[in-house]
Amino acid sequence: MKIRLNGKLIEAPDDITVSNLLTSLGIAEERVAVEVNLNIIKKKFYETHVLHEADEVEVVNFVGGGSV
Amino acid sequence: MDFTEEQLLRYSRHILLPEVGGKGQSKINAARVLMIGAGGLGSPVGYYLAAAGVGKIGIVDDDKVELSNLQRQIAHSMDTLGSYKADSAKATFEALNPDVNVTPIKKRINRDNIFDIMKDYDIVVDGSDNFPTRYLINDACVIEGKPLSSGAILRFEGQVTTIVPGKGHCYRCLFEDPPPPGLVPSCQEAGVVGALPGIIGGFQAMEVLKLILGKGEPLINRLLIYDALKTQFRTVKVRRNPQCPVCGENPSITELPDYTQDVCSI
Repeated sequence: MKIRLNGKLIEAPDDITVSNLLTSLGIAEERVAVEVNLNIIKKKFYETHVLHEADEVEVVNFVGGGSV
Repeated sequence: MDFTEEQLLRYSRHILLPEVGGKGQSKINAARVLMIGAGGLGSPVGYYLAAAGVGKIGIVDDDKVELSNLQRQIAHSMDTLGSYKADSAKATFEALNPDVNVTPIKKRINRDNIFDIMKDYDIVVDGSDNFPTRYLINDACVIEGKPLSSGAILRFEGQVTTIVPGKGHCYRCLFEDPPPPGLVPSCQEAGVVGALPGIIGGFQAMEVLKLILGKGEPLINRLLIYDALKTQFRTVKVRRNPQCPVCGENPSITELPDYTQDVCSI
């Protein structure tokens, strides 16, 4: 199936979970926030939240520094 | 306000703009902006706000200027090594524009002093360097209803957003809780490229000026992400979360919590 990840269309396995998507991208769950179709997914649902065709997924890094 | 001849010259390029004009320039001169952090982001934000004529600027920073700061913290110089950043920045900004009154606040901001520090200002700029401070500033601004320009940088990535309580999302709508301590590195640990805070801080200054003028469309409900290596921008739409613990319909955070966690700053 095709999903839109960070604005780009990508091919992803059917019924992939948020957790598996992050793993496949090599992204540590704790370092990001994930939004699916404008809804922020709570971390406790990463393993159960299944993505669907045409979902719009945004993965946003935690960036804390202002470099004081 | 009545402008002096010198001010008419100084602000002439603003006054020419239909979106600013004399009226808008007066608003800028009357504005009171609190900057938290006088480092990478605070330097360009303060520079441009001072140049624009923001009348009152508060700078909260309890840190002193070190040589490793000068690769990116352009408000400071060899002459101010070892002095407080808030004092160093005050001297820089006031030298640029004598219309500007900078108040250095050489304290570490915390839940006991933030409301008292914020009360004299209309807009807050977050240029802090750690997550506990970032959440503290967000929560305090939401509770007090103060607009906030939030910027963050690490390595080659920058993020900027504008939070206007009641009008859109807040930081916690996107990032509900801080990451576990130590998991997300600081600039001190992971590095940051020197021109990056100039870009993100420039956006923050622009957002503040728009808020002061009441013009345009600030980054409300949007997070702008900049990838410096690819020279790419990405805008992530963010919605106000009705279940947000601080700005949601039934907030659980109505008083500032204890933000103590491993502060990996400075």
